[in-house]
Amino acid sequence: MTTFRLNGREVTVDVPGDTPLLWVIRDEVGLTGTKFGCGIGMCGACTIHIGGRATRSCVTPVSAAEGADITTIEGIDPEGNHPVQQAWREIQVPQCGYCQSGQIMQAVSLLKDYPSPTDEEIDAVMAGSLCRCMTYIRIREAIKKAAATARGDASNG
Amino acid sequence: MIKRIAAAIVGIGVAGGVGFLAYAWYPAIAPVAPPPPSSFSAAQVERGRVLAAGGYCAECHTRTDGKRGVELAGDYKMDTPFGAIFSSNITPDPETGIGRWSEAAFKRAMRKGISRDGTQLFPAFPFDHFTHMTDQDIDDVYAFLMTREPVHSVKRDNTVGFPFNIRLEQAGWKLLFLHEGPLKNDPSQDAEWNRGAYLAEGLSHCSACHTPRNLMGAEKASAPYDGAPVDNWIAPPLNEHNPTPVVWTEDEYFKYLRFGSAPLHGSAAGPMSPVVHGGLSEMPESDVHAIAHYLAQIDHSATRVSQDPKAIAWAMQASMKDLVGPQVNPNAKLYAGACAACHANAGPQPVEGRPDLALNNALWLDEPTNLFQVILRGIGTTEGISTVSMPSFYHSFSDADLARLAAYLRATRTTLPPWTDLEKKAGEVRKTLPVPPVASSH
Repeated sequence: MTTFRLNGREVTVDVPGDTPLLWVIRDEVGLTGTKFGCGIGMCGACTIHIGGRATRSCVTPVSAAEGADITTIEGIDPEGNHPVQQAWREIQVPQCGYCQSGQIMQAVSLLKDYPSPTDEEIDAVMAGSLCRCMTYIRIREAIKKAAATARGDASNG
Repeated sequence: MIKRIAAAIVGIGVAGGVGFLAYAWYPAIAPVAPPPPSSFSAAQVERGRVLAAGGYCAECHTRTDGKRGVELAGDYKMDTPFGAIFSSNITPDPETGIGRWSEAAFKRAMRKGISRDGTQLFPAFPFDHFTHMTDQDIDDVYAFLMTREPVHSVKRDNTVGFPFNIRLEQAGWKLLFLHEGPLKNDPSQDAEWNRGAYLAEGLSHCSACHTPRNLMGAEKASAPYDGAPVDNWIAPPLNEHNPTPVVWTEDEYFKYLRFGSAPLHGSAAGPMSPVVHGGLSEMPESDVHAIAHYLAQIDHSATRVSQDPKAIAWAMQASMKDLVGPQVNPNAKLYAGACAACHANAGPQPVEGRPDLALNNALWLDEPTNLFQVILRGIGTTEGISTVSMPSFYHSFSDADLARLAAYLRATRTTLPPWTDLEKKAGEVRKTLPVPPVASSH
């Protein structure tokens, strides 16, 4: 038995402790916004937040999340209107979209650490989130736009 | 004349032998009827609970291999160079535990390492530290243990081979290495230092893991806190030989021991996790401060702390290396893909919760053991910072991948010489771990 909070709701699951957290979120709880990509923590599609920090859920055993506060793409804003999601829509970042929930979760976490990120900081932190459609240029732009919105910087918005 | 000398030598030998036996021989202390829990005050039991946590009794007296045992019921397997030793049941079960031990018998075990029946105990039980505890503290621990639920549990037999299985030898060991009795107050130091010394040297026995041991399994008096291998990890040096670029100040020690993470050094993982989250977390904050105060003097951090800003500035430069612009170095790409999202820091200080590898203990130690442990196992929420976790890269990386990642980090995030035989060492660490899940099929 493992208990944690998922998007503010307490969840208890009865699965072997070594089950990947991603499987629990998708199959046990039924939240499918978080995607399965490489399965070895090398592409970023499965990124969620544990304790507010971006974490690859495909290689995190559920036992390592005991008591944790977990947020998925469904939980960052009740209406899907987190500043990062808004910027994503406005700039029309996604192409196929598969990696985008992971990209957004990583970007939200990036902006907590670096509220006005430089290109270098964006590259360093986002490098582990791969996009086969090569939307990187728009991802970078959307991150800067979301940062500007959060700063209340209207001239850039 | 020669005969007389020979006779004298034999005589001295016999006298010495008799003297040694007299020294080594301890009578059994008569068994008592198990004291009823009501004979201890609630306040004393509570004091004992905190002390038992701070001495990590449950860590070594609870089975963890195979099936998880009942807490304090013993049978924890401890691998030593002399063979496996299985810990004893310290619940108050009259037959298999310490239910028939009087307070005097318990105190003798803690002070002298002698079992109730008079046999010598192995120093896997750190009586060489517990001997420094006060009478009151030992009595309080006794009160706590005797008020636990008795558990009938027989431990497995030790596998210590001849001649080390002759328990009488332990008496000789003690003659050499046991400094019996409560720790003396050092009047040249302040009260906090003395409290820290009492806890670190006695109850919490820090040096039991952080001091290397000699061929007889005793802590080397010549190398206190010099660091040592323990349970397939490295317990890092706590003295000035600690190689991290930023010193362990009192503040860093306190944050590490209280919250599981020192922002400029890294997280508590592996065998240190229960020390922080199962043991010291029960102790009053002032006691954890005292330990930090004491340890910070052992490593003379005050004399070296002035170099820290320069070391941090260097680390922040190193942290961003190879992360910007096109990359052709495959090792750098491995790092950028798997690690940088959580570990890269742009400075001027590392972000809290973003452990910087150019400052991290694991990268600066003489061996890559701890680095491999953490990459392979990950760090759960019961370890390190308790709100966050690091994934397990057990299935992500082959031993060859681990080797080139470690070599790359050592070369770019430290100023130390390269590690050697990395692939082999990665395999050795991997072998000590249970296999985590395969996440590659869904």
